[in-house]
This record gives sequence, C-alpha cells and structure tokens, in this order.
Amino acid sequence: MSAQVESGFAAPVLNDYAALRSSFQWKDAFALLSGLPEHKGLNIAYEAVDRHAASALAQRTAIRWIRKDRTSRDFTYAELRELTNQFANVLEQLGIQKGDRVFAFTGRIPELYISALGTLKKAAVFCPLFSVFGPEPVFQRLSRGDARVLVTTLDQYDKKIKGILPRLPELEWVLLTDAETHLNGKVKSLALLMKDASPEFRIPVTLPEDPALLHFTSGTTGMPKGALHVHNAVVMHLITGKYVLDFHDDDVYWCTADPGWVTGTSYGILSPLVNGITNIVDEEEFDAARWYSILEDHKVNVWYTAPTAIRRLMRMSIKPRSQYNLENLRLILSVGEPLHPEAVRWAQQTFEVPVLDNWWQTETGGIMISNYRSMEVRPGSMGKPLPGIEAAIGEIKDSGIELINEPGKQGNLILKKGWPSMFRTYLHEEARYDKCFHGDWYVTGDLAYRDADGYFWFVGRADDIIKTSGHMVGPFEVESTLMEHPAVGEAAVIGKPEPTIGELVKGFVVLKPGQIPDDALKLDIIGFARKKMGAAVAPKEIAFVTSLPKTRSGKILRRLLKARELGLPEGDTSTLEQS
Amino acid sequence: MTEDQIKSVVFRLLKTVAPDTDPTQLKPGDNIRQSLSIDSFDYLQFIVGLDKELGIQTPEEDYGKIGTLKELVEYVSSRRPLAK
Repeated sequence: MSAQVESGFAAPVLNDYAALRSSFQWKDAFALLSGLPEHKGLNIAYEAVDRHAASALAQRTAIRWIRKDRTSRDFTYAELRELTNQFANVLEQLGIQKGDRVFAFTGRIPELYISALGTLKKAAVFCPLFSVFGPEPVFQRLSRGDARVLVTTLDQYDKKIKGILPRLPELEWVLLTDAETHLNGKVKSLALLMKDASPEFRIPVTLPEDPALLHFTSGTTGMPKGALHVHNAVVMHLITGKYVLDFHDDDVYWCTADPGWVTGTSYGILSPLVNGITNIVDEEEFDAARWYSILEDHKVNVWYTAPTAIRRLMRMSIKPRSQYNLENLRLILSVGEPLHPEAVRWAQQTFEVPVLDNWWQTETGGIMISNYRSMEVRPGSMGKPLPGIEAAIGEIKDSGIELINEPGKQGNLILKKGWPSMFRTYLHEEARYDKCFHGDWYVTGDLAYRDADGYFWFVGRADDIIKTSGHMVGPFEVESTLMEHPAVGEAAVIGKPEPTIGELVKGFVVLKPGQIPDDALKLDIIGFARKKMGAAVAPKEIAFVTSLPKTRSGKILRRLLKARELGLPEGDTSTLEQS
Repeated sequence: MTEDQIKSVVFRLLKTVAPDTDPTQLKPGDNIRQSLSIDSFDYLQFIVGLDKELGIQTPEEDYGKIGTLKELVEYVSSRRPLAK
C-alpha cells in the first residue's frame, strides 16, 4: 500500500528514506538548531520559542488554544517569549535553582504550556502530571521527583493536593493558575506573581547534558520511575518533526495527546514549536464531532493521534470526507500502541491521506521507529528506524545480547544506546536504569520482529505492564492501592484485552476472612481505588478469587491470571507454588 | 417516562461506573464526566448501559451533545424507545 494516497501536497520533507539513512549525521541535525546566544549552550525553550520570536516568525501563531466552549485564543511566538520569560522570572523570585523540579498538574490550559517552557528557560526540570490522576499517583510522583514547585488549579488543589501537602515537606510552592489572591505563604496566585514579573529574562548557561524533562513511567515490580531527559533531546524533537510529522513551514498541527504523557510533551508542546509551526491545543476531551470540526475549522495539516481515538471513530457513522471540509489535512499519525492493519486501512480510506504508525516510549524521548510519508506503508507495522537510530531484535543471554538477524523471528526490541533524546537516568534509581542496558544496547521491554525488508512489527510487552488508552499502568502501583482497602487481603492486577482502549485494568482480589464477596463490595473497592488513583489508573473490573497463583518464591504470576482470563493454555507452571 | 424516572436510572448507572461519587448531587448544568471524574471509556459504558435499560440507541457521534445532566435528560426524553 502506498503511503502517498493524496497528491497535490508539497513533497515530503523526507523523500528518500534509504538515501537519508545512509547519509545522515547527527552533526548535520544539530546544525539546524541555533544554540544559545554568546555560545551559552543549548536550551530547549530557546529553540522552541525565543529564536522564532527574534525572527520573521515572531507574529506567527505558536499556540492556538481552543477552550471547552470552542472559543479560542492565539499566542504568537513573540507573546509566548514574554509569557515564558515572566514564568522564568517567577521561578527566580521563588528561589528556584537550576535542576530543581517544577511540576504541573492541570488540564490543557495555556499556563501548562507557559510553565513548561518557562521552567526550561530557568534551566530547571519540568515534570507534567496527567490531570486525571488521583491524589495517590500524584503524591508518589511529587515525592519521588523532589518537587519544589507545583503548578495547578484551585479545583485540583482542593480535591487532590491539599490532603497530601503535609506528606510533601520539600514542596515549597503551590502556584494556582486561577486563584485571584494568594491563599497563604506557600500557596500563591500564579496570575498575581506573573503580573509583577518582568517579560525580559536571560536564559542562563545551559549545557546540552543539563536535565530538562522528567517523565514518570510505570514499572512492573515497583513504583513509577522518573525518566530524566536532557536539553540535547531537542534535536530529536526537531528532526522527528521534519522527517516523521513532515512539518512544512506554514503548517497547522494538532497532537491530541495530553502533556501528562510523554507524547503530549515531546509532540504536543516541543516538536511543533521547535519547528516554528502552529500548534493546536484543545482543552476538551475526546468528542468525535468536535474533533472533526476542529480539523476543518482550524485547517489542520498534520494530525497526530492515537489508536484508541481511531478505533472510536471507526465505530461511528460519520463520513468525515463528505461531512467536513478536510482539504488541508495531509497526514495522520498514530502512536501509543500498535495500530492494527484494519484501522490503518479504514483510516486511509476514510480520510484519503496516509496514516502512519510509529513507535517510541517514555525512555526514548522521541520517535524511534516510524512509517514515513514517502515510504510504502505495511499496515500493522511500526515501520523502520529513524535516520541516526539503530534498532535491532536480540535475545538476552548471560553473555550479553545476541542479535537475531533471521527475518520474522521474535525477540527483544533493542536500540543502540547514545541517541540524543535517550533518558539519562531513572531519578534516584540508578540500578533500575543500569538494568535496562546490556553492553551497547538499550532493551526496550517490547517484543518484536523484523521482516525481510527491514520493517519492524510489534508483538507484545516482555513484562506485565498494562497499556490502557495508550497509557502505561504499572500493576504494582495499583495492587498496592487495592491492598489498602480494609476488605482486601491480596491483589493482583492485569491488563484485560478490550477492543476500544487496548487493555482495561482488571484486579483479582482475595478477600480477608469474613468478607462477603458481593457486587456492593466490588463497587466499594473500585470506588476506593478511583478516589485514590483516579479514573485513568484505577481498575474498571474486580474479580474475587480464593487464591492467587504464585511462584515458589512468592511472586504473583500475573501472566497466568491473564492466560486464564483469556482462556489460553496456562503454559509452564513448573514454578507454581504447591498448595 | 418522567424526568425523575430517567434521572433515577441515570444516577444508578453512574454510581456503578463511579462508585466513589454521589451522582444525585449533580446540578443540571454540571458536566457529568468532569464532575464525577469519568473517563471516555467509562462514559461509553454508561451510555451503552443506559441505552440497554431504556430501550434506546444513542449513536456515539451524539455523545458530545449530552455532556450535562440537563442535556442528557432532554436527549433521552426526546427519543422514543425502539420497537421490539
């Protein structure tokens, strides 16, 4: 199937994959960046905002924010420069130092974007939190990330933050985006602070290896890990914007991911701005009719979305090409989980433009493997590695990695380490970080194979991490919360396949003696988990069981629970506990 | 079906997707998903359950029109149950 369904558009930026792959050099990619004036280093926010504000792009719309009521507000690159300078000055006044962590916990409002970029200007580290999290996941991340500043809203503060503040002694400042006055010495009105802050700010010396972004990702065996990225990652935001997202000079682009997840930051904030185009931000959640009319009204050229959304759209009778004017739409991309062949075909037929799946993860900081506008799409495949990225299939042996070169043979998807946006550590967890690497290779935790023509195909996760609505959920974190319920003795959590959201979080619970296993208790446990963790993480289904399958060493066999759930053969149970 | 009867079914079903909340406290103009922290998947389950219980069929493209309690009750009232 040719990717180039629709002609009449400007030629792809990457028009010959093989040629670029063989000629590509990282130094050429870095040469496309400006660097801080006076050789003061490399800063993501300078590349994303200030250099455009000082150019002919100053009056171009950088961010168009669409409110829930469908009215919108445009921010030019020049305005964004001043607002992010003000935020950097606010941090300065609060005594925030280089490397300190600044968190944001809001919906998609301008302050989120301004605080992200302003934090980077201050050379502090920005960490976004998904706004649907409940207090417990927020507490875990704030405390593990040593948060000094939290930007949030009055509503989130009242519902989820106030109660955990006493457990966060290192959190010095809470800045409320919509408070008219300061609440107390610690909880301040961001608007008031911004009003008094100067719109001029000098970005300090920023080294390419200085920490910039912190993204929490879920673990199988422990609490979430904070993957730390550096300013050097900006080169990846730049080139993937060109080669994968195919950004052209006057493009309007919309990434539907929330900045609480890595896609929403790398590609919902940074990549479009670094490339100097117009970035659409919609405050509202998924709504098919609204989404189609945003594509139409704002003349979106490039749309980056997720399989969950595409699957929802597939179920509806709306005919986007005949009901909406989508003549500007040139390209659709998808990430978060594999886009199944039938979804690729449906989307290509429905939208009459190429629909390109790609693969990457929090740790990689940017797209690693992708389909390209100029390359034949094989529906269901994640595509081929970016120029500059070496991907392979390998088997982990005691002696190290053994590469699998045989086409079609499944193994671990691995990446040759050292690309610019590679995570530099898991914060405070160096041992967990080291375990991800075997010699020169980073082991992604995904299983895949490569076909004879070099296309990579996703097979599954090598661990128990749950992929729900494109987000990773760590079973351990959910199990820990379930265990806090007074009726629960033991808990195990799996991802149960579900056609719309990929997997749904399902909990298996062994009750304490004397508890009655009825529907009311199920709902009580779900409610308890929702309150603590939020709807995005809490189990949507609970099953009562009398025991959990475990290894002889006592480790819960989640895979066995999953096999039972699916009615599959249970596989090797030789290490099961004998009871 | 009266408005109160519709509301009673709505509240009962909302309580099953968001057991930690009290849907009866919803005001007519409140956005249901936002007020009860219901994600897009849960809302889908809720509407599917509502359709089943009330014998109506709500196309997914209409979900955006029924964000508040008032909109939902009006929407449901305007649709005649499907003939069996």
